[in-house]
Amino acid sequence: MDAEAAKLVGAGIAAIGAGMAAIGVGNVFGSFLEGALRNPGAADGQQGRLFIGFAAAELLGLLAFVVAMILIFVA
Amino acid sequence: MHQFEVQTIWSGFDLAGHQIAFTNSALWMCAAAVALWLFMLGGLKGAVVPGRWQVMVEGATRFIDNMLSANVGPEGKRYVPFVFSLFMFILFANLLGLLPLGVVGVHPFTFTSHFTITGVLAIMSFSIVLVVGFWKHGLHFFSLFVPHGTPVWLLWLIPVIELVSFMVRPFSLALRLFVAMTAGHVLLKVLAGFVINAGNAGALTGIAVGGPSFLLMIGISALELLVAGIQAYVFALLTSLYINDAVNLH
Repeated sequence: MDAEAAKLVGAGIAAIGAGMAAIGVGNVFGSFLEGALRNPGAADGQQGRLFIGFAAAELLGLLAFVVAMILIFVA
Repeated sequence: MHQFEVQTIWSGFDLAGHQIAFTNSALWMCAAAVALWLFMLGGLKGAVVPGRWQVMVEGATRFIDNMLSANVGPEGKRYVPFVFSLFMFILFANLLGLLPLGVVGVHPFTFTSHFTITGVLAIMSFSIVLVVGFWKHGLHFFSLFVPHGTPVWLLWLIPVIELVSFMVRPFSLALRLFVAMTAGHVLLKVLAGFVINAGNAGALTGIAVGGPSFLLMIGISALELLVAGIQAYVFALLTSLYINDAVNLH
């Protein structure tokens, strides 16, 4: 395969990581809602933890984006 | 892309072979600082019955105050000025970059979409953690790398993992903000390109492709406003968690 084509294919494959992060972020908020609807009184106190989980899951998706950008523009 | 280009406004002077110039990035940093200053100025009247503006400012300070007292404890009060400035500066920067000033010919520059700037912000909060940690606990600060209840037979592994996760913190802080802002602006740019190109391709394509893209752009713009707030919040939240590590160890 041509090196340039391989880079673009690699960047496309890196987009799978963004989709995986979408599953992760959805899981974080979905689980939070599931718990929050069972016990609404305790929900507000857990907002910080919700966003920590969100940030951790989201970072990995953003890393996939960085990998794609590096493959297209830098490598 | 044009919106991410750093342009020199005033060519400045020469310092040890490096050009120190005033760029559009610096200009928008000043704009964010001035906007933040005006915002605070309107709310510092200290009226007993606060007006709308004062409620906004007090809400913002109370928000950070609660975050630090929840995450750090009573000692967190001392870090409120730092975390508050960090949060509000990033929030204002993100929001200023989203302003639709392009229609009047001024092109906003989102300086949080540059790794150098978010990197410096992350290094600032990382060095505060280091300074506070070593100041308060001395070399005992290294016990951060050995959490309570670590089994003896894992003592060779856990400190290495903790050290790596500690050293990665500034990178993850800076990278998260920078990539989130860049990705959002690139997404809007791509959708705007769809609208323009579909419009040029003819009336039917313009309505069939450009219309839905335009509606999607409106939705994504609202999402970007949310992301601008969330990213500033996450930056401040993680900073306060790291400060908690430095103040209280584990």
